[in-house]
Amino acid sequence: MKKAKKQRDSSALNSKLIRRPIQRCFWLFLLPTFAAFCIGFLYPFCKGLFLSFCKFKTTSKWQWVGFDNYVKALSDQSFIHSFLYTALFAVTTLIVVNVIAFAVAYVLTRGIKGSNIFRTVFFMPNLIGGIVLGYIWSMIFDGILCRYGTSILLEAKYGFWGLVILLCWQQIGYMMIIYIAGLQSIPEDMLEAAKIDGASSWQTLWKVTIPNLMPSITICTFLTLTNGFKLYDQNLALTGGRPFLQMADGSVVKTTEMMALNIVNSFYASGGGNRGVGQAKAVLFFVLVAFISIMQLRSTRNKEVQQ
Amino acid sequence: MKKVLALILTLCMVFALCACGESKAPEQPAEAPTDAAADAPKTEGSVYYLNFKPEADAAWQELAKTYTEQTGVPVKVVTAASGEYDTTLTAEMDKSSAPTLFQCGNQGAINTWGDYCLDLKDTDVYKEMTTDSFNLKGENGEVLSIGYCYEAFGIIVNTELLEKAGHSLDEIKNFDSLKAVADDIHARAGELGFDAFSSSGLDSSSSWRFSGHLANMPLFYEFRDDGVTEQPATIKGTYLDNFKKVWDLYTTDSAVTGSDLLTATGDMSSAEFKEGKAVFYQNGSWEYAGLVEAGMDPAKLAMIPIYCGVEGEEQAGLCCGTENCWAVNNEASEADIKATLDFMKWVVTSEEGTTMLAEQFGPCPFKNAKTPENVFFAQANEYTANGNYVVTWAFNYTPAVNDWRAAVVDALGQYTGGTGDWSAVQTAFVEGWATQYNNEQAAK
Repeated sequence: MKKAKKQRDSSALNSKLIRRPIQRCFWLFLLPTFAAFCIGFLYPFCKGLFLSFCKFKTTSKWQWVGFDNYVKALSDQSFIHSFLYTALFAVTTLIVVNVIAFAVAYVLTRGIKGSNIFRTVFFMPNLIGGIVLGYIWSMIFDGILCRYGTSILLEAKYGFWGLVILLCWQQIGYMMIIYIAGLQSIPEDMLEAAKIDGASSWQTLWKVTIPNLMPSITICTFLTLTNGFKLYDQNLALTGGRPFLQMADGSVVKTTEMMALNIVNSFYASGGGNRGVGQAKAVLFFVLVAFISIMQLRSTRNKEVQQ
Repeated sequence: MKKVLALILTLCMVFALCACGESKAPEQPAEAPTDAAADAPKTEGSVYYLNFKPEADAAWQELAKTYTEQTGVPVKVVTAASGEYDTTLTAEMDKSSAPTLFQCGNQGAINTWGDYCLDLKDTDVYKEMTTDSFNLKGENGEVLSIGYCYEAFGIIVNTELLEKAGHSLDEIKNFDSLKAVADDIHARAGELGFDAFSSSGLDSSSSWRFSGHLANMPLFYEFRDDGVTEQPATIKGTYLDNFKKVWDLYTTDSAVTGSDLLTATGDMSSAEFKEGKAVFYQNGSWEYAGLVEAGMDPAKLAMIPIYCGVEGEEQAGLCCGTENCWAVNNEASEADIKATLDFMKWVVTSEEGTTMLAEQFGPCPFKNAKTPENVFFAQANEYTANGNYVVTWAFNYTPAVNDWRAAVVDALGQYTGGTGDWSAVQTAFVEGWATQYNNEQAAK
């Protein structure tokens, strides 16, 4: 009796008489999210793009200067340095995070005891905010380094590896979850067939597991690469760009300053008269990150296999 | 069942939209005017004060409430988080309800926000002032911001500990005598149970004491020699050796030295002093309330000038000046500007306002100002009364002050941590000044 009613209900819902009015109102359902997207993303983005061609102190009082800001941004030594530094950082973390995350995921899907506890614990650092992490890790690093009479703020190389360790600690758990999901979705029969055919576990890993894992690898490399480029709060809290390299002409190069921090710093530099330059840098940054991630998506997508 | 679910979801959505709409409704004045306010002149303006001292936030909120109760004029006080005043101001000035009253306390701030400052000359609050010397002016002599209180800084001394160590304040007359006393205390720190100086941390919560206040010493003497009266494009760093002398003293005769100082905070330093672990602590009159609250006896606190080995410094007084300057936003509506000026006048003339200013800010240059309890000001006045010269706040001329200070702090850190040498501090100080000045001019 109940079953019959259920069937009636679902067929009623599927009938055109009901669906059509709902379909006609699709815009009503889209509206809230679309409005939020416009207010929170589209409008600021367009205004930011516009302001990168202006000189301004407050965004409502601007003066058109054309490509002046872009010229200044590209001739800024500290911006170029931060780009190279960020690229190096992003590539390093891309490799380290993914290799370790995959290894951990691989181990934790072997059916060892307590896998769930390990997964939870490894995932946890991801729940802590970047600023908090930065300050906590700066205490940990300095606690160790001060025994040797130095500090993370004194050597650029400590700052770099400090940031790498911090980001790994934070992101490995997250990537691990994605890899675990990927590993679990590999069809058992495929693995079994490989076993019967006499493949070694090394061969199985390279010839069966990894090709089947490509969708996960795509998403994880995408996430780590863009996260590496966009890193801001951890950078701010851990080193804030220090140590500086004092140039003879009185300017400084902040040796551990990444691109996002460089953009914010230039926005507030020189008593706020340089905001347009900061804005221009932000646009360049957007184009760059978008370009790199699209290229990366393309190249890894090509390697994905259909199951 | 699905219909009920759909209904609930629809209701949720409608409710959420309504809630969004509602929060945008204009804010009404929180309280209806009381009887006392009924005969007060009706004004439509309101006041929005952007305060930059978190420690004074509660007092300002209280005062704003009192004013609203008395006059019905809404006063909103927002306090920027510590060290975030610049970014907060930048964001707030862009809003349609921008601050009507804000802080513009040094040349850098005037360079940035001068265009937004109302000329305060001939306003009622200006006429209440007893001196013009803390006010900041524009190129044509317009009064862009008025200093509403002044402060003093130097080396705060715990005289009880000093005597315990067998020394007295009278011994300290110049850098050499200060160094002799500090060296002696530091050498016997183990047996005495306290050290000479509290930690000179270079964390951002503490570094301004050195990149700002201590750096004032070489700047002041250089500007005095050269007769500088406006922001110079370049500096020479004539007295940087003296700066080095004091810095070395601070970082040698202390329990915390070397690379540990890079992340040492202001709280640590102040705690060391409050707990009686250090005799000397470089800071200013604003620390008074905190020190007394921590149980220190005002009679056993003294502030002495920062001696740095400059000839004739026996005649130096404390460093007096201010960064507490009010500016009124000239972009605000006329009614708001009027309300703001009325509020300012009330703060500096009314019983409640003057009491609060004296308690929180110390001496204020207004006719009705109350005398504060703060002993450091009494000492500052004593030095002046004895004919000592006042060390003014020369650092208020610093161009792009945050950038300049950041570079000096980093260079100081590398020098102290042992990875850099003093020449980098010199470059950051002298060449950095010129660079930042040029940057600021180019960005104008």
